[in-house]
Amino acid sequence: MIILFNISLTKGNSRAINRKGMAIDDHEHNSTRTKLPIIDVSYFTEKARMDMNRLQQEVACMRSSLFDQGYLDEQFIQLEELQDDANPNFVQEIVTLFYTDSARLIQNIEQALRSKPIGFSKLDDYMHQFKGSSSSIGAKKVTNQCALLREYCSAENGEGCISTFLQVKQEYAILRRKLEAYFEV
Amino acid sequence: MVLGKGASSSLSKKMVDGAEEMVNNNNFTALVVDDDPLIRVLHDMYLRKFGLKAQVVENGKMAVDLFHVGATFNLILMDKEMPVMDGAEATKQLRAMGVNSMIVGVTSRDLSFEKEAFMEAGLDLCFEKPLTPEKISFILQELNKNNNN
Repeated sequence: MIILFNISLTKGNSRAINRKGMAIDDHEHNSTRTKLPIIDVSYFTEKARMDMNRLQQEVACMRSSLFDQGYLDEQFIQLEELQDDANPNFVQEIVTLFYTDSARLIQNIEQALRSKPIGFSKLDDYMHQFKGSSSSIGAKKVTNQCALLREYCSAENGEGCISTFLQVKQEYAILRRKLEAYFEV
Repeated sequence: MVLGKGASSSLSKKMVDGAEEMVNNNNFTALVVDDDPLIRVLHDMYLRKFGLKAQVVENGKMAVDLFHVGATFNLILMDKEMPVMDGAEATKQLRAMGVNSMIVGVTSRDLSFEKEAFMEAGLDLCFEKPLTPEKISFILQELNKNNNN
């Protein structure tokens, strides 16, 4: 059974109707236990459609800027191409694994840089992992900074390693913030 | 050709000759050996998209143990740097056991002498991480050739 409500938002001339679609007088209307608001359903449908369009534009803009500003590369597109109806959150799952990996590696790298003397071989191992992990999701700027730090490792340049690692952490933090905002939308 | 539900047509465009035939054969199996959970998930997904049934383990010893208990795989994707047992050692042991699966090294080491050393352990192919549809397509083409010979 379908119950149809013919209701509008206009004031004054509209009359309240009961569930059978029959107009009811003021007495009957006022005596009803619940007073339902008079709503124009088409207004909300149009508003929802406009909101959806605006949201889609916002997502497209955010995605575009991630590539245009060099934060992501082609590898991220490869991940998106793997996502489908059976795995609708695949990209987000991979990115979440990247966050977990990165947190562990950042902690290990900080420890390695604090040790005296700096264990460059161990440090290089960690950077190698970080570079691999970041390149797997297409994190272009993070990957490039990791590669640069590895060069300082090879040269056993402690100061170069420390200052470049600050850049690595900064690029990672920026990327993470942007990706979290992107997936939030 | 079935690539998996909702598979992007762009994946099919990246397939080379021979890979399509491989994809259509649902009996081929693969083993992903990598200590990085991100790579395991990623490569597993790639292989499934190309129609292979994949199993994943996190180090070389687990891969060797699988073969010891009688498991067989047409294709093994072997990472180089892993705890417990690395990819080179695992590859040597598998070859010594008589395993003739196609073993493809996957490494983020970009120095040629490191790749050469890994190849000498008994690999059929070696690629830099991460794998891409084009690389997997090439691997499947080679696997198909080996299967026909």
